Amino acid sequence: MPGHVARFLLGALFALFLLFLYGPTITIGILSFQGPDGGLTFPMNGMSTVWFTRLFQPQAVGDLGAAMTRTLGLAAMVTVVTVVVSLAAGMAFRHRFAGSSALFILTIASLIVPSILVSLGVGLLFTLMEWEPAWYSSAFGAQLTWTLPFGLLIMFAVFNRFDRSWEEAARDLGATRWQGFWHVVLPIIAPSVIGIALFGFTLSFDEFARTLLTAGSGNTLPLEILGMTTTVTTPVLYALGSVSTAVSLLVIGGAILGARVMGRRRGR
Amino acid sequence: MSRYLPFLQAAPLFLILAVFLLVPMAMLVVVSFYDYDSFSLIPDFVLTNYRDVFSSWVTWQTYLKTVWFAALTWAITLGLGFWLAYFLAFVVRDPGWRMLLFVLTTVPFWTSNLIRMIAWIPFLGRNGILNNALIKAGAIDRPLEFLLFSDFAVILALVHLYTLFMVVPIFNTMMRIDRQLLEAARDAGAGFWQALWFIILPLCKPGIGIGSIFVVVLVMGDFATVRLMSGGQSASVGLMISNQIGLMQYPAAAANAVVLLAMVLLLVGAMLRMIDIRKEL
Repeated sequence: MPGHVARFLLGALFALFLLFLYGPTITIGILSFQGPDGGLTFPMNGMSTVWFTRLFQPQAVGDLGAAMTRTLGLAAMVTVVTVVVSLAAGMAFRHRFAGSSALFILTIASLIVPSILVSLGVGLLFTLMEWEPAWYSSAFGAQLTWTLPFGLLIMFAVFNRFDRSWEEAARDLGATRWQGFWHVVLPIIAPSVIGIALFGFTLSFDEFARTLLTAGSGNTLPLEILGMTTTVTTPVLYALGSVSTAVSLLVIGGAILGARVMGRRRGR
Repeated sequence: MSRYLPFLQAAPLFLILAVFLLVPMAMLVVVSFYDYDSFSLIPDFVLTNYRDVFSSWVTWQTYLKTVWFAALTWAITLGLGFWLAYFLAFVVRDPGWRMLLFVLTTVPFWTSNLIRMIAWIPFLGRNGILNNALIKAGAIDRPLEFLLFSDFAVILALVHLYTLFMVVPIFNTMMRIDRQLLEAARDAGAGFWQALWFIILPLCKPGIGIGSIFVVVLVMGDFATVRLMSGGQSASVGLMISNQIGLMQYPAAAANAVVLLAMVLLLVGAMLRMIDIRKEL
């Protein structure tokens, strides 16, 4: 064990790290309430919500409302498919099957291939096949190559710690395979399933590299933000950042709450 | 039925990865041999795209710069991540506090990387918070120019974005170390550094490996951080690819993509020889 001084230093390092981690985000949160004549940094030139209202005026910075709708729709699709597909694959991987290690390597590869390459590859595929790229087809698939590996890895972590005797007990009592899954396995792993949904939603909601060449004509919100970074020099950028972060935080909070409720219900 | 069940269950995963990963990567390889003019792709088998990659000194520099960004970010995030994980695992005693602090370090992972980069602008700019504070304190009399739009800003942002990829897996392996081992070491007369070097560090190797893979791969493929934080004054392979895409030079972009992919896969392959991921979950 480290001595008192060392422990204090480590604590200080951790506190500084948290400041480093959250300081900038909190700062732009404050700066997005900048007055109408305020600039990109302190001092605050009065207080206002003018930058938030400006977000919803289409002519100012592109159509953010439509981009937001697309982004939420895409994130919802990615969440559902990530949960269902990784659950199914996670069940399959509990036993060895022909090709299981090849599929595992493919999944890890999906995690490792840089996002911009997936974007370029899927974009080229759609171009050469003369398919129309769109957020609900090419961008959807490109994002799944990023969320599915996380989903599957969580399933591995879950089933490495799973006590099979519960399931066997259900089978002994006459439950079918499906009943065993639905009434025994799923309720036990429910908090982790919420975790997978959280990964699916937030990774999709914030993704820009994989959507860059695959979103087609309709931009998603992160793509709008990426475009704004070079053209917009007003706190409207911070306002958009604060809204986006707020949505993420709400989703994280909801997921943590959901997982706790599920966990408690299991405990009873 | 039950014999085929695993295949049915795994089929959707395979199909999605086949269509949106395997085929697109094959596409990159195919297109990297295509010819092109300013308007269109010309199906062909030419090596000019690869020749352009390997014969240009600027391209070599860009590759070296990318490796340098990756190495530096890796070293900093490892040093930082190890001690942060150590604090969480061995110094914080109360499980509730440990959980809370752990969640606090992971929350930013679920928020937007772009926003987290943008958030540095008011800090590092010419009239930013840091420059103003330093001037007020009398430490400098002119604003420091290197803070924003420089390699320094790129590294700072990369460390900011990716340290948690180091903390989480290292913390995870540390939590699984049997505390009795440490007691035994102390009873046998080992000091703090000896216990760290001979017990904690070897047992943390898998976590360090997984964290390293994440950080190195994310930095090697990055384009947005380098573009935003260097203000166009620095380059990386990812940024070069995205610029070539912007100029519609798809075969040139594809050739660079294939080279980058080969680099990343070789690197990760070498790292994976040292750890078994499935055992570590």
